[in-house]
Amino acid sequence: MASEIPRLSGIKWSVIGDHAILVVGSLFMLLPVYMALMTSTHESLFIHANGAQFLPGKVAVENYHQVLFVPGGFNKTITSMTMFTNSMIMGLGFAVGKILVSMLAAYAIVYFRFPFATLSFWVIFTTLLVPLEVRILPSYEIVQSLGLLNSYTGLIVPLIASATGTFFFRQFFKSVPEELLEAARIDGAGPWKFFKDILVPISRTMIAALFIIMFVYGWNQYLWPTLITTEEGYYTLVRGIKQITSVWVGANVPEYGDAMALTIVAMLPPVLVVVVAQSWFVKGLVESDK
Amino acid sequence: MKKAQFSHPVFPYLLLLPQLSIIAVFFYWPSAEAVRSSFYLEDPFGFGSSFVGLDNYVDMVGTSVYQQSALFTVFFTLQVTVLSLVIALLLAVKADHVIRGASSYKTLLMWVYAVAPPVAGLLGLFIMDQHIGPFVQMVELVGWDMQVGVHRTDTAIAYVLVAVWKQIPVNFIFFLSGLQSIPRSIKEAARIDDPSGFSRFWHVTFPLLAPTGFFLLIINITYALFDTFGVIDVMLRSEPGNNPVTLVYKIYLDGFRGNDLGGSSAQSVVLMILVLALTVVQFRFIERRVHYT
Repeated sequence: MASEIPRLSGIKWSVIGDHAILVVGSLFMLLPVYMALMTSTHESLFIHANGAQFLPGKVAVENYHQVLFVPGGFNKTITSMTMFTNSMIMGLGFAVGKILVSMLAAYAIVYFRFPFATLSFWVIFTTLLVPLEVRILPSYEIVQSLGLLNSYTGLIVPLIASATGTFFFRQFFKSVPEELLEAARIDGAGPWKFFKDILVPISRTMIAALFIIMFVYGWNQYLWPTLITTEEGYYTLVRGIKQITSVWVGANVPEYGDAMALTIVAMLPPVLVVVVAQSWFVKGLVESDK
Repeated sequence: MKKAQFSHPVFPYLLLLPQLSIIAVFFYWPSAEAVRSSFYLEDPFGFGSSFVGLDNYVDMVGTSVYQQSALFTVFFTLQVTVLSLVIALLLAVKADHVIRGASSYKTLLMWVYAVAPPVAGLLGLFIMDQHIGPFVQMVELVGWDMQVGVHRTDTAIAYVLVAVWKQIPVNFIFFLSGLQSIPRSIKEAARIDDPSGFSRFWHVTFPLLAPTGFFLLIINITYALFDTFGVIDVMLRSEPGNNPVTLVYKIYLDGFRGNDLGGSSAQSVVLMILVLALTVVQFRFIERRVHYT
């Protein structure tokens, strides 16, 4: 008995140590956003005099109303609701487009025997090698020459030109038991029927997982929208972030409250999606990057 | 590939058509264009261009601005990669250990994944703002007068802090799922053989996590090189001035601000080769993992 006691207390201390590290880690992740949230509910003059805030203020409704519904920008024509809608179109359009295009391509690659199959595979998967950032200038010029600047097509379609989704579905389709296809063939199902009635339904979880990853990816795009949208009517929230930084330059009392409110609005939808659908999200991330 | 397959004269091509046409127009064409224009000098007034061979590359490597930026990129990438991997590994090991509150910690440590890099950059500007930033007030207590955007070193530290903050969740998720896939029997056997926590981690857990770690190393290098564009652009408020910039940011500056098409393209090509090399290393490694485990 006597020898049990110090061992037990030893275990306890290490457990407390583990929790201490996790709490510090969690606070490190949480505090910047918590302070932005609290600061966004104060008046700018007050923030200017007293610094960032730890506790909620009185003008939360006013600040958020201001950034969401009062027109701003150079022409005083767009509100954050416009940008919110654009971000939604970008996130949803990208996720849906990517899933459609990549599921079809992965289906062809895994389930068909045809000439040039290997070539198609390599042509598609080479795109995994070179990120958009290193070919931005020519990509911009091509989108410009196609007349797609300031359009949703120009925002979304060029970003689909990477094989992450195709790779993801290829891996999944390869893990689907072969008996399924054999059984379907015996029942007389053609390629389209097999895809629509068997493969798509059993891929539901994978589609949901990839959808979350791609929605967040599309919503959070910055460089590409910055280049190809010059009309404020096409700005997304994340693209609009750059405009917020201008409140810091040259103003006597920068609009800290509004800036932080817009920051919160810009991050809220993807954060909610990731937190609410956490298990799908983790599955999508861990499977897609393999 | 599957043994049982369909064969059809046109259907597979129809399925591939959307993907192939998109990558032809928006991937292969611009990539080829980048390589081509890196050998040309664009007339500043838009009257055509002339072939200059490797001049753009020679000019690029020769300028001190490029050398500075390359050196900074190396330091930045190293720091972001090492810090975010080490912190995330520590947190994942602890989160795998604890019984109470495990799922809350998991959520608290991963949600930042959804914050866009430029948004993270703006939060960094706020936390490290000279007038109202709590971080600046905190470090003032130890006599550090932090001035982001004014002092090169302070700006660099601010980038690294923000970039690490943004990258911890991805590493945490992968490390945790790696730890949780280690069979319980191995963990228990190790606990009996080697009761000391650290030595057990070093001799048993760490080698089993090595594949995940190596994969994450590549992911993190790619992140630090490319995905931090938004962090840097927002934190500089598009006015680089005397502040350090990464190579990707320099491509953007020279191409879109400086109108130096050839120079910007030459820099693009150099980075493309770098990424290609990284990916080849990654593929070779993944192949090995598939064969031996």
